[in-house]
Amino acid sequence: MSAQDLPEQLAELVREFNEVPDPDKLQLLLEFSRSLPELPDRLGEHPEELEQVTECQSPLFLAVEVGDGDDAPVSLFFSAPAEAPTTRGFASILHEGLNGLPAAQVLEVPDDLPERFGLTRLVSPLRMRGMSAMLGRIKRQIQARQAV
Amino acid sequence: MAVGAEQNKAFAQYAHPQRLVSTEWVAENVGAPGVVVVESDEDVLLYETGHVPGAVKIDWHTDLNEPDTRDYVDGEQFAELMSRKGISRDDTVVIYGDKSNWWAAYALWVFTLFGHPDVRLMDGGRDKWIAEGRELTTDATEVTQAEYPVVERNDAPVRAYREDVLAALGTTPLIDVRSPQEYTGERTHMPDYPQEGTLRGGHIPTAASVPWARAAAEDGTFKSRAELEAIYRDEVGLQPGDDVIAYCRIGERSSHTWFVLTHLLGYENVRNYDGSWTEWGNAVRVPVAQGEERGEAPGSSL
Repeated sequence: MSAQDLPEQLAELVREFNEVPDPDKLQLLLEFSRSLPELPDRLGEHPEELEQVTECQSPLFLAVEVGDGDDAPVSLFFSAPAEAPTTRGFASILHEGLNGLPAAQVLEVPDDLPERFGLTRLVSPLRMRGMSAMLGRIKRQIQARQAV
Repeated sequence: MAVGAEQNKAFAQYAHPQRLVSTEWVAENVGAPGVVVVESDEDVLLYETGHVPGAVKIDWHTDLNEPDTRDYVDGEQFAELMSRKGISRDDTVVIYGDKSNWWAAYALWVFTLFGHPDVRLMDGGRDKWIAEGRELTTDATEVTQAEYPVVERNDAPVRAYREDVLAALGTTPLIDVRSPQEYTGERTHMPDYPQEGTLRGGHIPTAASVPWARAAAEDGTFKSRAELEAIYRDEVGLQPGDDVIAYCRIGERSSHTWFVLTHLLGYENVRNYDGSWTEWGNAVRVPVAQGEERGEAPGSSL
């Protein structure tokens, strides 16, 4: 699956998933689910500042922070319960692949990104929609900040 | 060989007590000859984070759904799956899962399409097992491949198609097990976000609203028979001997209600309309009712 049009830190993850054989892809996703960073205290204490991604089958909340200026990095924060490892895994991939990139680069990430990890058949298209929804909402929040 | 039903006073109140086992029973019988314990969850990775020692995993999407057609696997695919999971036709299969056995009930319903003789739910599911501090393991379960015959799926007794629902409108009670907001057709999503999956909101006319989780107690076990009868008989108005059709969005939540009506309350002709709202809400020229009223079958007021 193509990764040429992706930022390098994201392309690396796409390659990583495509290099492992199918049965190990779920294991890899599980490892990502375990490495999702905890929310910082300032957000953990203010859940109202997080947006719920209702398209996910399990509760997932995200927050996006964008600095000033064109090249300012985007910071992403996710919260999902341990009982939702697939959702956590998707969030963790997006965190590792997008966190710290300039806003413009995040906005250019193609919307078909979730299809590129080779997970759709193993996880099912319905579940992959959760990842699409997360990406959509991240971009939307960035655009909303930029419009202010 | 199948094993005998659990002798448990708590289950004696139900119509088919042999369809339930307790967590204690599973702890004692997992690994016994003739018993296969199956975990079936909403989340495809939850089993991998820790499961009942000796349990195998069956996933509703990747194992039970036919990937290309919106349908269930066929007899050959089911036989192959059973064989791979070490399940013989005469084994006792005990299914448990997350979220009050919501997905476990769905898997049990699919086993029913193939007439697997002895399939049971572990009352309370995964959460009760964990709440009781019972052991979980991430060790892979060793499976000895089994022989399973190719049995043709028999949909008619427990599965309703869209045409069946249309034909049943006004004569067969329908139960909508989705949330109240889905039932009324109220939009619950945020502005500018499309309502995913369906073009129309609301419910099938005449359907009573009974969210599926009302049948579950706090600890994920099923409510008592008296409590269930208060809901489905007294409140909804189901009469003994009624045929019933249950539906939700894709047929998973309504499998839980199907289990309650069939095996706990003893209704003999309950069908699950698995096309559910993702089919009905997109279908052309089918009637839709909105709001809290059940609505009337087309033509019934003429």
